[in-house]
Amino acid sequence: MENESILSMRNISKEYFGNRVLKNVDFEVKKGEIHALMGENGAGKSTLMNVLFGMPVIHNTGGFEGEVFVDGQKVDFRNPRDAMLAGIGMVHQEFMLIPAFNVAENIKLGREIGHPTALSKVFGDLLDAMQWKQMAADARNALDSIGMQNIEEYAQVAGMPIGYKQFVEIAREIDKTGIKLLVFDEPTAVLTESEAERLLEIMRVIASKGIAIIFITHRLNEIMTVADTVTILRDGEFVTRKPIAETSVVQIAELMIGRKVEKLVDDTDEDKRQISEDRIALELVDYQVNMPGELVKGMDVKIREGEIFGFGGLAGQGKIGIANGIMGLYDVNGEVKVFGKTLNLSKLGEALRNGIAFVSEDRRGVGLLLNESIERNIIFSAMQIDDNFVNGPFKILDKAKANRHAREMIKNLDIRCTGPAQTAGSLSGGNQQKVCLARALTMVPRILIVAEPTRGIDIGAKKLVLEYLARINRELGVTVVMVSSELVELRSLCDRIAIVAEGKVFKVMAPDDPDAAYGLAMAGMQETAVEA
Amino acid sequence: MNKFKKVIEDIGLPRLIIGAFFLVLVVSSVFLGLKPASIFSDILRRVVMYSILVLAMVPGVQAGIGLNFGISLGIAAGLFGSVVAMEIAFRVGWTENMNAGGLWLTLGTALLLSIVLATLFGSLYGMLLNRVKGSEMTVATYVGFSIIAFMNIVWLMLYFSNGDLIWPLQGRGMRSTVSLAGSFGGILSDPVKVQATQPAWLQWLAIKAGDITLPIGAIILLTVLCILVWFFFRSKAGIAMSAAGENQLFTRSSGINVDRMRIMGTALSTVLGAIGIIVYASIYGFLQLYNAPLMMGFASVAAVLIGGATVTRANIANVLIGTLLFQGILSMALPVINEVVNIGTLPEIMRIIISNGIILYALSKTKGGRAA
Repeated sequence: MENESILSMRNISKEYFGNRVLKNVDFEVKKGEIHALMGENGAGKSTLMNVLFGMPVIHNTGGFEGEVFVDGQKVDFRNPRDAMLAGIGMVHQEFMLIPAFNVAENIKLGREIGHPTALSKVFGDLLDAMQWKQMAADARNALDSIGMQNIEEYAQVAGMPIGYKQFVEIAREIDKTGIKLLVFDEPTAVLTESEAERLLEIMRVIASKGIAIIFITHRLNEIMTVADTVTILRDGEFVTRKPIAETSVVQIAELMIGRKVEKLVDDTDEDKRQISEDRIALELVDYQVNMPGELVKGMDVKIREGEIFGFGGLAGQGKIGIANGIMGLYDVNGEVKVFGKTLNLSKLGEALRNGIAFVSEDRRGVGLLLNESIERNIIFSAMQIDDNFVNGPFKILDKAKANRHAREMIKNLDIRCTGPAQTAGSLSGGNQQKVCLARALTMVPRILIVAEPTRGIDIGAKKLVLEYLARINRELGVTVVMVSSELVELRSLCDRIAIVAEGKVFKVMAPDDPDAAYGLAMAGMQETAVEA
Repeated sequence: MNKFKKVIEDIGLPRLIIGAFFLVLVVSSVFLGLKPASIFSDILRRVVMYSILVLAMVPGVQAGIGLNFGISLGIAAGLFGSVVAMEIAFRVGWTENMNAGGLWLTLGTALLLSIVLATLFGSLYGMLLNRVKGSEMTVATYVGFSIIAFMNIVWLMLYFSNGDLIWPLQGRGMRSTVSLAGSFGGILSDPVKVQATQPAWLQWLAIKAGDITLPIGAIILLTVLCILVWFFFRSKAGIAMSAAGENQLFTRSSGINVDRMRIMGTALSTVLGAIGIIVYASIYGFLQLYNAPLMMGFASVAAVLIGGATVTRANIANVLIGTLLFQGILSMALPVINEVVNIGTLPEIMRIIISNGIILYALSKTKGGRAA
């Protein structure tokens, strides 16, 4: 009985537009166990869960390969409802609760208990009368079964602490009859420490009732406390499946990261850069950025002139906020010094005027004027900030000069297009990124900040972009600050890498530090704490 | 076949259909025995009359406030500037003997006052629109209606003494229609007026070639304004404004104050509206006060949309093509229908149905074509 497998996914492969995100992944969950699913951002965890639930995003993009068995029977879920009927539930990261409804109403949402009335006999069961007492009793049962006696079933959801909402969400899944498997997708990400502990306890209670749990999290210590088994994915591939007892935090961290780091910069060239602690290009002092979802909560970093400095870390930990704050897109507190001069970031364009150029992580949203020509995109910032490419007292565009410059950039960066007049929106991702880079370089910056430079572009273009970054650093002496979710990328290019966790610099590391050290740092765990 | 499809896509289906309708009207008018010369003159006059009001849509759209239904604000400024200029002219005696200098002085004063007023109104209005981002067009429509109502009160209260302006028996308050015959009416477009008032070297301002009337002065003014707007959108400020209208975050990240650009665009649109109504009135020969300008915004919006503009992008070609099609159809429709069904006020009713039909059609087809 104990060893009976409740879910078994075999040889799962999935392709999005020619990009293989899952490669022959095997995944097996036994009855009543807590099974941790681990992997970096983009390792394929979400895609695997989308396959399991038969999400439309899977079927709309050509389906998947492989087989899924629930309780030993082959299934083919066409939509999440099929999965629900088969006894698989999901506890969402973003709460799917209606704030104005009370707890019982939310728990019974879509599965209300009614009894027929005269009207409903004529017009259908949508007009049934509600059996409030029965519904409240069911909700109470569900809440009690996860040990949440202190949540009142008639309390309104709006205004509840976040942790309580999470518990209501869980109760709703438990209340569904015949539930066999529950997926928790980063449930503790938004919880306080005590709430998270409580949640882990509840997970044990649920598992003890014979319901299996798939637990997706980035927090290594949580899975060490609560999980029975762990499956690790990396770059869409199955790495290993092990009982927790036979592994360690360090080993898991290593397995998650473990990848060949390819040096992109040609080491045979002598490194002529002179980098010293005396010449600081960019200094952050108690730097805070109020960017929703990417809060920076007090950072102190010194970036030396001439180096390539990386910011890494998991999504939502704040690394993206760093660049956006400096560029004035979000409110900032603390001090930012550029070559010793403190910037007044409440003034728009302050960073640009002080020699910082920025390539945004949100290419289509922030980085480009999609309906304008490549030429217009490339010259825009330089024109607005430095009055470059304009003539006369009315600052009329110097079309000839702009065109010449755009052609030069197109050639230098190998932007594949029909000419400078093509609209930026019609280019491929990689070429759009090159246009963004061209715009930044046109400003002749002393510091170049690039955020997620390779997001959403194909492998060939990725390499070109990274090599180009290295080249402008070596040849033009531009200090490059690179923010990226791709550790491999950072480690192949950067001189130093700051790992950001919970809005702070957790640790500044060297690119050749061991994989395990990176894995632990990403999870925000001190090595010393683990070794003990 | 593909080429054919591409051509349709480039021109835009709405423009093809409306253009075809326009051609049908032109051809049938010839068959119905209407004089081509007078039809041509009529279309030309109407297009020039309305073009600047339509041109006023461009800065608004480019700056990101959408189609400026609140153009009535500029119209109000233009009308107010005109009546004040006429009152000044009356008190100083500029227009007493209809000499060219006095007429130009009146027109110049009207333009100057209106532009100052429109800049002020437009800036305040721009600040308002910055507070209602996302629903600018709805708010603009009601601002447009409100200013007309407000101006109604102002018109009634003005204590002027120029007999051309005030109600003859009342002794105060503006007339609902003020004739410009004794002022700057027609000096850019009417051959008779030009001949009577202008010196020899300005006789070219409006000429009659056979049966065709050419309002050269107004055409030149329109051309100059188009070129100015075109140049503006190639200047640093204009390019920043276009960017603000297309992508606010992009613009911010390049160190540009998006809100200021939007205020600038709104003010520019309002100023063009003010100039537009003065030119309109000058060609038409009358200042129409009170509720007359209530729906003018809709005609401008419809014209620029038919010309191929979208809610987010508009250019000068859109303005000229759109005004030609829209005003062309309106000026053709009445005589043609008159010939076909001449029963009471039916032709006028048909004209209203057609004009509102085109507006409705334009608003429902805001996609436009790619090439202008």
